[in-house]
Amino acid sequence: MSAPAAPAGRWASLWGLAVVPLLLLGAVLAYLVATGGGLKTLQGPPVEQLNIGRVTLPERGVIQVQVVNDGPQTVTVPQVMVDDAFWSFTADPPGPIPRLGRATFMIPYPWVEEEAHKVALLTTLGTVFEAEIPVATLTPQPGRDLFLRFGLVGLYVGVVPVVLGMLWFPWMRRLSAGAMNFILALTVGLLVYLAVGTYLDAQEFAAALPAFWQGTPAVLLIALLTLGVLLALGSKRRTEEAPLGLSYRIATGIGLHNLGEGLAIGAAFALGEAALGTFLILGFTLHNITEGLGIVAPVVRQQPKFVQFAWLALIAGGPAILGTWLGGFAFNPVLATVFLAVGVGAIVQVVWEVGRLVARNTAALGAPLVGWSTLGGFTVGVALMYFTAFFVKF
Amino acid sequence: MSWLRSFLSRRDVLRVGAGGAAVLAGSAALGQGRTAHGAGHAEAASPGSAVPAAHAGHGNNLMVGTVNHKRNGFDPMAMLTDWDWGKASILPSGQTLREYTMIAQNKDIEIAPGVFFPAWTYNGRVPGPTLRCTEGDRLRVTFINQTAHPHTIHFHGVHAAEMDGVPGAGPGEIQPGGRFVYEFDAEPFGCHLYHCHATSLKRHIHKGMYGAFIVDPKGGRPPAQEFVMVQNAFDTNFDGANEIYAVNTVGFEFARRPIPVRRGELIRIYLVNILEFDLINSFHLHANFFNYYDTGTTLEPTSRIVDTITQAQGQRGILEFKYKFTGNFMFHPHISEFTELGWMGSFQVVEPEAYPAALKAAGVDDQWARRSRQGIAGGQS
Ligand SMILES: [Cu+2]
Repeated sequence: MSAPAAPAGRWASLWGLAVVPLLLLGAVLAYLVATGGGLKTLQGPPVEQLNIGRVTLPERGVIQVQVVNDGPQTVTVPQVMVDDAFWSFTADPPGPIPRLGRATFMIPYPWVEEEAHKVALLTTLGTVFEAEIPVATLTPQPGRDLFLRFGLVGLYVGVVPVVLGMLWFPWMRRLSAGAMNFILALTVGLLVYLAVGTYLDAQEFAAALPAFWQGTPAVLLIALLTLGVLLALGSKRRTEEAPLGLSYRIATGIGLHNLGEGLAIGAAFALGEAALGTFLILGFTLHNITEGLGIVAPVVRQQPKFVQFAWLALIAGGPAILGTWLGGFAFNPVLATVFLAVGVGAIVQVVWEVGRLVARNTAALGAPLVGWSTLGGFTVGVALMYFTAFFVKF
Repeated sequence: MSWLRSFLSRRDVLRVGAGGAAVLAGSAALGQGRTAHGAGHAEAASPGSAVPAAHAGHGNNLMVGTVNHKRNGFDPMAMLTDWDWGKASILPSGQTLREYTMIAQNKDIEIAPGVFFPAWTYNGRVPGPTLRCTEGDRLRVTFINQTAHPHTIHFHGVHAAEMDGVPGAGPGEIQPGGRFVYEFDAEPFGCHLYHCHATSLKRHIHKGMYGAFIVDPKGGRPPAQEFVMVQNAFDTNFDGANEIYAVNTVGFEFARRPIPVRRGELIRIYLVNILEFDLINSFHLHANFFNYYDTGTTLEPTSRIVDTITQAQGQRGILEFKYKFTGNFMFHPHISEFTELGWMGSFQVVEPEAYPAALKAAGVDDQWARRSRQGIAGGQS
């Protein structure tokens, strides 16, 4: 190694040193590709893997199946079975599906309204990949009418309960400082419940993703990254000066959570599970009413303008509308996972901030941080969410 | 979203009373009327569908593409009439000696267009050769195991214990690279079968080690156009259930290429059921009735004028019938699931003058037709 002599030479040698490991890496990779790492004799049979994404019923007598090859090797699907019967089909693109490649299968099958069907893809090596159509119904096609109806559903589930919850604002203003602190602790409780629920929902979407997306760790990492970014941003401001800002951040976190609820409802309708529709709408509305309470809790000592309430309601509830559209018309499990993971991070950050607010208030009241009042508020918050969720869980 | 996945079947929806009640309300809320019904068969086969319907059979219930029989080294259509009489000679006692060679080989075979199965075979084909002889013939079957697993040949029939081809009797399982000569007299006459009896039995059978074993009665049977049909199936993903059903291995082969026969001529089918994993199989003939000879061990029918018979695993029988009308007539098991999974075909019944053209359409030659009528006489050396 030559010692750096001049600045120009230094740069050259600096880059040279950076490139050396890459060159060596190239050599190692070339060796591995050429020799199989000396383990070629240990190689097992070829592994076929397909991830079945969306199964849709675009018109009467047609089933459409989208797949991604998330296995290590090319997969060919020469035959398709529907309900244990071989069936004709066309594939787009036809032929073998390379690793990470996609294909759409169109199957002219006389499916029966409201009944269950099973699609199975048979590969060259005889592996079977199955997908279920739980309740067959025409997949909703984007149209003005359905667009409006889905928007209305999102409105019921998201905006309406948040606005109703906000109507507690005048009542909350008359509460004592101690009672108000109880309400803030309650807000922490319901936000913690939402964080846990949103995380589990994100994991459910993640589990259905093709393996190469590594959904399970990605959810946690995205949530942590979001939390980190929000905390870093939040470190620049002083919370006590901006209760309204805190309300906005609570609304944002809840908004991302409600986006997830909208996605689920839209996807349910798209999958023909509209059976659940009204029941779910009722349940979510009841479940979400406490969200409005939490959003306005930090600003009870302020005089927010009406327009700010409107914004808060829109930020917290509006995403449910967006989610219902996305879920119903363009369901994308990757985006759903990412949105929900971001939501987890956002909610946890708000828990952190509201928690600090509770800590300050309890200190001002001369009470311990974890006392019967704060613990009670927290428990009531979790319990409210838990029991109203009975309406949306089966 | 857990509710989303928990509602994976409609039965579950109906089980939850409240959910069921919400069916109507929910769909009404979104204007998704539930009065419409699914498309009928006619709609499914509409001009809009991108795939042409099969030329025979069940509309869009078909396999896409064709099997490369050349690459397989055997053709289900040729197998129908492909009797193996062995190398015949006369022993000093005057008894006919038939010598066969059976080699166990591993082979990837195409059982549906584009779908390959890692089979264990006798002589590179599934089913193995149709051994045919006459009651009382001396059979000498040299078995050579060219695979990495022990195998045997177990013949249905009457023979000495050491010739039974089961572990613990005689040489037991024939080891890789080993050989053994099974020798016995052919009795009783009938439609029999042979298969590997090495353990594990299920795997050795469903991997393809079986075939038909026909012993003709001394006086023969009336002249007829004869076919052998071995009902089999394949568990392609080894989950203990079959994915593909067929006669003579390739699903829907005789739906793609109907079997040519002449109107008014007696047809005789040697039917063998060597299904694994499913308890029974059956045979149903359209627009016709047949006489059935259970196990083929009698010269009088055991069932007369029936159109469906059932066979459990390992059962066999002989069917005899004639066609009154010309046209395409299906045959299939009356187990709808097997039918739709490949075990379905048809006879193309033609007037004698149209027969050569029908042979050509099915891709077979005069020799195939001659062999189909040679059954009884062909073995007499
Ligand atoms: Cu065997």
